[in-house]
Amino acid sequence: MASERHTISCLVENHFGVLSRVSGLISARGFNIDSLTVSTTEDPTISRMTIVVDADALKLEQVKHQLYRLIDVIDVQELREGAFIDRELLLARVNANGAARAELERVASQFGGKLADAGDRSVVIEASGDTKTLDRLVERLKPHGITKLVRTGRVALEK
Amino acid sequence: MKGAQILVECLKREGVAIAFGIPGGVNLPTFDALHQSPIKVILTVHEQGAAHMADGYARASGKVGVCLATSGPGATNLVTGIATAFMDSIPVVAITGQVRTSVIGNDAFQEVDTIGITRPVTKHSYLVKDPRDIARVVREAFYIARTGRPGPVLIDLPVDTTISEADFIYPEQVSIRGYHPQEAAPTIQLEPIRRAAEAIANSRKPVIYAGAGVIHAGAAAELAELAHKARIPVTTSLLGLGGFPETDLLSLGMLGMHGFEYTNYAVAQCDLLIGIGARFDDRVTGKPDSFARRAKKIHIDVDPSSINKTVVVDYPVVGDVRQVLRELNKLVGPVDTREWLKTLAEMREKYPLVYKEKAKVLPQYVVQQISEATRGNAVIATGVGQHQMWAAQFYQFNKPRSIITSGGLGTMGFGLPAAIGAQFARPGETVWDIDGDGSFQMTAQELATAAQHKLPVKVAIMNNQHHGMVRQWQDLFYEGRHAQSRLNPVDFVKLAEANGCAGIRVEQKDQVRPAIERAMKTTDRPTIVEFMVEPAENCWPMIAPGKPHDQMLGTYENLKQDGGIPQRRRLSEDDEAKLSLG
Repeated sequence: MASERHTISCLVENHFGVLSRVSGLISARGFNIDSLTVSTTEDPTISRMTIVVDADALKLEQVKHQLYRLIDVIDVQELREGAFIDRELLLARVNANGAARAELERVASQFGGKLADAGDRSVVIEASGDTKTLDRLVERLKPHGITKLVRTGRVALEK
Repeated sequence: MKGAQILVECLKREGVAIAFGIPGGVNLPTFDALHQSPIKVILTVHEQGAAHMADGYARASGKVGVCLATSGPGATNLVTGIATAFMDSIPVVAITGQVRTSVIGNDAFQEVDTIGITRPVTKHSYLVKDPRDIARVVREAFYIARTGRPGPVLIDLPVDTTISEADFIYPEQVSIRGYHPQEAAPTIQLEPIRRAAEAIANSRKPVIYAGAGVIHAGAAAELAELAHKARIPVTTSLLGLGGFPETDLLSLGMLGMHGFEYTNYAVAQCDLLIGIGARFDDRVTGKPDSFARRAKKIHIDVDPSSINKTVVVDYPVVGDVRQVLRELNKLVGPVDTREWLKTLAEMREKYPLVYKEKAKVLPQYVVQQISEATRGNAVIATGVGQHQMWAAQFYQFNKPRSIITSGGLGTMGFGLPAAIGAQFARPGETVWDIDGDGSFQMTAQELATAAQHKLPVKVAIMNNQHHGMVRQWQDLFYEGRHAQSRLNPVDFVKLAEANGCAGIRVEQKDQVRPAIERAMKTTDRPTIVEFMVEPAENCWPMIAPGKPHDQMLGTYENLKQDGGIPQRRRLSEDDEAKLSLG
């Protein structure tokens, strides 16, 4: 069965220890996680976790059922392709001498990003977007020399 | 009211009559409050014993078992017992002491991250930081432990929460927004049940594979109705033993790694496998993709995560087993299984259990004798190993909650403490621990607990001076190199006497039954019967790990040539008559 990327959105109790329950379960069951983000929601007693897993259909069912077995997990939803908006935030420190700086600023703005910081020899580029867009941005930055890169992982909401 | 008193009030309201544990630094307030309550607290020798006793109590009674330990080593000693209960879905509430909230995380004396250590082996856990939360937490813990797919729940109580004052407000209702167990569901889904009924109607060679879920759900009567109404034979997993009487003509006994030969053939040949409250464990399925490969599969289970986990099924039905079976029974009628039952009856004759007489006492014979002496009415606890499989094969289980054994985790040392817990749950009944010398020694210290309470627990130690199952695997798969499988001889009669128990040693076959009878007559203290059994005896038949069900080792064919004597299993008199009529 073909392995694919799936986005799972979970509502969980906003208690201490819930993140370790979820991450512990995922690692103990041997599921492959691409990213996991967690933040509070409009209800301060509830957090939302967005989990991106690489799994075939059967494994995905297992992940969902196992997550739902956790008492602190209130709801588990798979977000289907095209039915949700997803974003992540990227920060990248890129080598930039005088001439490259303008070019990098142009590239960043093409991707709806900007220079978050500019130093003597490098700049920090900030951009948000869906995963594929940010992947493309990274490709464009690579020739300049990326010295540090961080991405938040995916957050998603259904449309 | 002090936190510890709130805890005790809540335990009383949950109907807790007995708890097992050991006091220590930070749970003294809890023990002190319990001491002034009607709840009986059994001091164990080791916390592992407390956890297994709570587990054995729960398995024998169907109620929630309770164990208590202090922080640090007390809590870590419980872990094996909690994990054992978790793997077999047993409702246990473990209450651990914790260092005071202000020093948590500071590596305080006897501090350990109990919640962290037990997270993967509990259904849920709570670290209480405010005495006002105790009542709600205890209420929720018992609710979670016994509902849905049952399991252990841990409550970690820092000492300050047990000595500070709070108002006692008992929550009459439990409402957990992330937990909706199946039996609380107002309706069950009928469509999957209808489709399962259709598959049953269309089958000609169906087999029911029943697990412990039948027993947990109290659905033995509903299972029997389904089997008889539709005329479907029933095999059970190890933990499902007793969920369907083995004296029934439709009983196929246990399947799996050490299941009966003809039962495994039946599973290999069936055209419909109906899994009920069972989880397709690897000891049952062998190689999962060849398990019942000719069969469509129905799987009825309370836990959706059990379905399609190891074996992909065609007709999943999620729900409380008893509710589902009641609905299913309305829809099924007699299935034409005459040919199939005839084939199975022939296979039962053709491939019986078998063993060859040896000079020394055989453990299989001992189990047969215990089965006969108790007429299959005892509660049987076991350790883990060869003796466990012989108990499963040669004891005739007819009633739910009559086998108390560690199936999933395979915890050696489970037998004696579990038997003690079971005896507390069912004081008037005969409880035997069928054990091995290796398994028994892992928790033998609990003899003192049994003696202190004058429990008439009976222990049959199959003393072969080996870790017998390990020795068997070494002979089969490691060219007979017995790495660390031989045990130093122990005088178990002296050990019994040292603990205030009766001790009997049996060295000859003709002493077996009298020793069992003597143990049965001793009701004022525990009795240890040490059977000096044949050390080289192997447990047959066997599906080697990862092999399909129709390629067993130690089959009747193999052993017959070696002088093996077939062992007839007893059916009820009615069924004997039916069999002889063909």
